Amino acid sequence: MEISVASGKGGTGKTTLATNLAVAIAKKGKKVNYLDCDVEEPNGHIFLKPEVTEQSDVNVLIPRVIQDKCTLCGECSAACEYNAIAVLGKTVEVFDSLCHSCGGCLDVCPEGAIEEIPRAIGSISSGVGMGVEFHEGRLNVGELISPPLTKELRKLVKKSDVTIIDAPPGTSCPVIEAINGTDFVILVTEPTPFGLNDLKLAVEMIREIDLPYGVVINRSDTGDNRTEEYCHKEKIDILMKIPFNRKIAEAYSQGDMMFDVDSKYEKSFYELYQNITNRAQS
Amino acid sequence: MMELVIISGKGGTGKTSMVGSLASLSQNKVLVDCDVDAADLHLILKNNVQETTEFIGGKEASINEDMCTNCGICQDYCRFDAIKHDVNTENPDDEKYWIESYSCDGCGVCVRHCPEDAIDFNEVISGEWYISDTPYGPLVHARLGIAQANSGKLVSELRQQAKQLAEQREMDMILIDGPPGIGCPVTASITGVGYVLIVTEPSMSALHDMERLLQLTLHFKIPTGICINKFDINLDLTSRIEDFAKEQKVKILGRIPFDHEVTKAQMAGTSIIEHNDDGVSKSIKKLWSNLNEEFRENGQ
Repeated sequence: MEISVASGKGGTGKTTLATNLAVAIAKKGKKVNYLDCDVEEPNGHIFLKPEVTEQSDVNVLIPRVIQDKCTLCGECSAACEYNAIAVLGKTVEVFDSLCHSCGGCLDVCPEGAIEEIPRAIGSISSGVGMGVEFHEGRLNVGELISPPLTKELRKLVKKSDVTIIDAPPGTSCPVIEAINGTDFVILVTEPTPFGLNDLKLAVEMIREIDLPYGVVINRSDTGDNRTEEYCHKEKIDILMKIPFNRKIAEAYSQGDMMFDVDSKYEKSFYELYQNITNRAQS
Repeated sequence: MMELVIISGKGGTGKTSMVGSLASLSQNKVLVDCDVDAADLHLILKNNVQETTEFIGGKEASINEDMCTNCGICQDYCRFDAIKHDVNTENPDDEKYWIESYSCDGCGVCVRHCPEDAIDFNEVISGEWYISDTPYGPLVHARLGIAQANSGKLVSELRQQAKQLAEQREMDMILIDGPPGIGCPVTASITGVGYVLIVTEPSMSALHDMERLLQLTLHFKIPTGICINKFDINLDLTSRIEDFAKEQKVKILGRIPFDHEVTKAQMAGTSIIEHNDDGVSKSIKKLWSNLNEEFRENGQ
């Protein structure tokens, strides 16, 4: 059972929801994984405070040209769709951060003058925090392409485990990599014009990849009812509404959990999990 | 001409509301929304789209079923797991290879390896961009197609268009609303700009994200300043941000109080500056005057 937590707009409460949900399930004695797939800005560790016991680099393969064998024919450069390899004067240059590791240049080189070497783009840390199995991907600062890191991170869990995936904001490829193939997607939004606009984009994205989903409205009493009206009109289930509470905002700011402020949330989140399990199975 | 970009690392710290406010305080500029997969700036700028242009992000492979002999070679070579193989369990001869559009990275490797030339490889429209009129100046914005890659390329296109527009109309400034994160579209939004303003908030998450973002802007040697939004939500963390900024020799240019009126302004489709003239508006005006001083001293 993999549940992913996504949102079009950033800052709506993905990490708050994902970490609280994971802990609420763990407190019932279930083994649960939390995967921080917001690899550009991972924040789950702030709340789960895991003791990290394992850490490893994630590498992608990039081409290196064996200059002795290279005849500067330019086939590699012509084949590269990403402008990541080019003949410049008497050498062939590879622009590491532009490379998508497709292996195309290697294939077309008539001299066998290209080999591949690993290059670290980020790291994965694992440990246990608040009873939850914690795994975080972290993209190195300056790197452009995150999906290979997310892909490696998702390999760490089995489909049969209970896993909560914290996705990055937006609707483009890093989000797809995080939520694709999960059993259920929770879209977290807030009832403001920005929140609604980005929710609509997120719904379009989920319909495109065809996954079961529902909406959680955070700070539900701060905006207006346009978000709820939209959900009703589109027949989208609203799974939970969380009213604004300054104490929760303050707890969040210092890395505390919601049920540190109000213990009822432990029950609410476990009910959310049960509700989702029922929906995903039906 | 000065390019100012507003970014945050963490989403939801108030970038777009801030750009909306600065839009009504500044004169003679082009506005750009570089958060291309969740663009919101136009919602508070009363925009009228004048021009729409398709964006070609890259190419995509698709298998021509009539020519495919189901050899499966393409699947062996695809490193993006984009090539799927469906087999009818009751009749194994009934099979089909197909390419999952949103997983295809557009590398073209499968196309070259297909012995039957059965894979088409065409440019795809992966979004559109717009030039809008607003009461605050022209706005260049976009909509990246759902589940598309190439957001960095679209951001670069927007910035190019904004520059042309600014030159044609003799504008002094380009004001850019940036995307969250530190990856591809962020790098495309900040390379070569004159000044970066980071909008952060006093939370552990925002502080952590800002530290990573600052590494990026310092790496590119772009002059950077910080604004602490909702500073009174947690005064301890606000002073931690201030200490950190001091260590990094980055100036704090503004402190904006938390106020539900900011959300109300957004509901009304306007900026807080036009909504009322209370504490938040006053502190944003102060930020704007500090920013102008910074441009003169340190902007590129």
